Amino acid sequence: MCGIVGIYLKNKELNNDLGAMLAAMLAQMSERGPDSAGIAVYRNTVDPSKIKLTLFGADAEYDWNQLRLRCARAFKAEPDIEIRASHAVFSIAAPLPDLKNWLNSHEPGLRIMSAGSTIEIYKEKGTPLEFIKRFHVQDFHGSHALGHTRMATESAVTTEHSHPFSTGLDLCLVHNGSLSNHNQLRERLQRNGIEFQTDNDSEVAAGYLMWQLQRGASLEEALTRALKDLDGFYTFAVGTRTGFAVLRDPIACKPAVMAENDDWVAMASEFRAIAQLPGVEKARVWEPAPATVYSWGDA
Amino acid sequence: MTTFDLAQAPLRELNQRLHNAPQGHWSIVHPDGRHCIAAGVDAPIDIEIEGHVGYYCGGMNKQARISINGSAGPGVAENMMSGTIRVKGNVSHCAGASGHGGLLIVEGDASARCGISMKGSDIVVAGSIGHLSAFMAQSGRLVVCGDAGDFLGDSIYEAIIYVGGSVSSLGADCVEKEMTAEHLKSLAELLSASGVKADPGRFRRYGSARKLYNFNIDHASDY
Amino acid sequence: MSSQPPLRPSATFPLDVLAEIHRAADQGIYEIRGFGTKRKVPNFDDLLFLGASMSRYPLEGYREKCATNITLGTRFAKRPVELKIPITIAGMSFGALGSHAKEALGRAATEMGTSTTTGDGGMTEEERQSSKTLVYQVLPSRYGLNPDDLRRADALEVVVGQGAKPGGGGMLLGQKITPRVAKMRDLPAGIDQRSACRHPDWTGPDDLEIKIQELREITDWQLPVYVKIGATRVAYDVALCVKAGADVIVLDGMQGGTAATQNVFIEQVGIPTLPAVRMAVDALKELGMHREVQLIVSGGIRTGADIAKALAMGADCVSIGSAAMVALGCNKAVHVEDYHALGTEPGYCHHCHTGRCPAGITTQDPQLEARLSPVQGARWVRNYLTTLMLEVQTIARACGKSHVLNLEPQDMVALTIEAAAMARIPLAGTNWIPGVNTPI
Repeated sequence: MCGIVGIYLKNKELNNDLGAMLAAMLAQMSERGPDSAGIAVYRNTVDPSKIKLTLFGADAEYDWNQLRLRCARAFKAEPDIEIRASHAVFSIAAPLPDLKNWLNSHEPGLRIMSAGSTIEIYKEKGTPLEFIKRFHVQDFHGSHALGHTRMATESAVTTEHSHPFSTGLDLCLVHNGSLSNHNQLRERLQRNGIEFQTDNDSEVAAGYLMWQLQRGASLEEALTRALKDLDGFYTFAVGTRTGFAVLRDPIACKPAVMAENDDWVAMASEFRAIAQLPGVEKARVWEPAPATVYSWGDA
Repeated sequence: MTTFDLAQAPLRELNQRLHNAPQGHWSIVHPDGRHCIAAGVDAPIDIEIEGHVGYYCGGMNKQARISINGSAGPGVAENMMSGTIRVKGNVSHCAGASGHGGLLIVEGDASARCGISMKGSDIVVAGSIGHLSAFMAQSGRLVVCGDAGDFLGDSIYEAIIYVGGSVSSLGADCVEKEMTAEHLKSLAELLSASGVKADPGRFRRYGSARKLYNFNIDHASDY
Repeated sequence: MSSQPPLRPSATFPLDVLAEIHRAADQGIYEIRGFGTKRKVPNFDDLLFLGASMSRYPLEGYREKCATNITLGTRFAKRPVELKIPITIAGMSFGALGSHAKEALGRAATEMGTSTTTGDGGMTEEERQSSKTLVYQVLPSRYGLNPDDLRRADALEVVVGQGAKPGGGGMLLGQKITPRVAKMRDLPAGIDQRSACRHPDWTGPDDLEIKIQELREITDWQLPVYVKIGATRVAYDVALCVKAGADVIVLDGMQGGTAATQNVFIEQVGIPTLPAVRMAVDALKELGMHREVQLIVSGGIRTGADIAKALAMGADCVSIGSAAMVALGCNKAVHVEDYHALGTEPGYCHHCHTGRCPAGITTQDPQLEARLSPVQGARWVRNYLTTLMLEVQTIARACGKSHVLNLEPQDMVALTIEAAAMARIPLAGTNWIPGVNTPI
């Protein structure tokens, strides 16, 4: 009950056009996902001494400037804050665990959407077209991005239930389909120290990948193990700092289309999202095979 | 020749005009992956679609001759009754699902579940097909010049499958069968009708072992 | 002489369970049968109406009308379905039923100003001719589906599942696959039909949305599109049906019947109609779509009281299947020796799957079918539908309603705690709804 899109630029000269491409693709997925939208954009890598978070403030009147001042005092380091609608990209030279603890105790109204050096995650309720406008998606530049539009089952469409789900530093997942054993899997992962915000099946898939990666698996190994441990129907797109990966379950009923030309690699739930991209006439178009990990960049 | 530009006018208008047209030759431009293009046509008209289409192109087609000069999304030619649909590129999953008649030609590859639930139509694929193709295929003929993916003909009834290349694995109750002179002739006619060049002599035939037709406890593990 | 101590049956292994295990050991396959749930589940009998009194005034009969007409498919269709009564005949296939039964149902529905529904086998000429308003099902099997019948239907019904077997496909055993049935379904005669449980060309509400678009395009947006679901995760499913673009939702509770499926499916999968209705209406209201997307409820609807209660809970309409067949003579004490030959008695028969229906309803055997005259059958069903409507109107008038859709949950109380919790209606004599408030 969703639409997913992904775009990875092979030709760096197109980095300024990333947002326009993402916005065009996301808009085409409005009908299959009318309730909320979310994107993960990889851009503006911060200095290795810093950590970059995307923060969501549900309160429209939230005072980001005060946050900057309080943080600077607490960590003796000046944070950079870039505000975009209800979210802010926040980077600072401070250790992540301390930062998380501080935010949890001092700013309980803020939610951390992503953490890493490059990734930024934005998610909101409302139609994809509203989302694109509110977040000025077409203005983004960057190397690659994932997007998701959601048809919600539960009545209270919330930001928390939207995708992408962030699984670890610079890591995220979007999902189209329905898992059938996510409840038992969630319990198992919780016993292994993974925390969940929602009862959403997609969040469990994201947590599972993080758990595998924490245990030393490569992304490809983690996704291959997912084939065995996850039950149900899924097309996953996973974003990493340098690339992205796609996986379909063995039965492969949920749609997935891929396209590649000299300039980019794209994936989407429906071809009409890809049809928007420049140079699509020259692209090779194919469908990912079931139970097969596809990856680009150094994913 | 009537040209219709889907970038300028809505799909609903196109399909309504196609439904009202008893004859004619149509060119549809800028399909851009839209769904349900030329669905439900019932007239001996010629339709050329210049580009890629989304889901259910030519769905429930009767009599029309449709040519897609690009690739097609899921369910192309689903439930076709008669006529011909030709796809120059590749097709997504469930191509030719549940067709009762007519001919679907795929010049590229087909993905999963090609010919699922077919009920008397003919499908010719010049390339290869994906897994679970011809699942519960009841009647009709599926010709694959390339390879077939896993579980070909799972739970097949009386449909006939001809494969020129290799088969990854066979589904429940699907077995290789003898190629008789009659089958070679039938295959040659299909290849000729679809304009796909291949040597009938290198094909193998697959069909139902008919062991699941009435429940027998010794075959319970097939279910 | 000492008397024999009484025999003690086991509640864990009662006689029917013992017999079933012996049968399974013999045959090595699950029990297949027809009819619906036989076990007792909370149902509409556990609700009662609050009739008129000092604070609520009743309507007289005759001139003080209690209207019963409804419209289905107002959301998108150019030609919504207008019915004179809020009771339709549910989808039952030609194949499961014989042609006389289908024709009888069509005639009765036409006379009463309501609709019948095709089933898992396609549209027969008899049914299209005899039924003025015909709903055409689009099922996972796609047997007999074609655009001509699509276009001459009055509404379409995409079947995701049914109450008897949510997650299961159709089933028809070889003895009922006669040459005519076989031809309609493109199957060899005499074999056991295996049916798909998922649609061949879509899975999930996001792709259903595109499928519904296709059906609308093929029929030039004239017809309402219903989506039928078996009652399981009702709140989610109703929301998703609305978002996928349904005009009407048909919700079939676990008591819903079938002509053939596994007994374990009938008895152990799905939720009762009573909580299902409440969940569906809640979901529609949360989306602001109550009465905009109409709700048809089925699964164990037997009496005018059942219908009035379903409407009072917020349904727009009900559908009957098993009850319609009972009206046609199912389980009537006639041709009793034929019931015995099946190993059953009138009142206990669920042998639709055998094709040996003593009443001539669920059979393809011409000799058995001859026992059911389409005209006589139509009269019985018409009489039954008339009785149902009179009962509904009696109750509605007593509650002061000039239209049956004005019945509301506050017109009722519950007799049991389970029913109160499931229907969200207070326990009689209290204001207590378990889970909602604390009792006073």
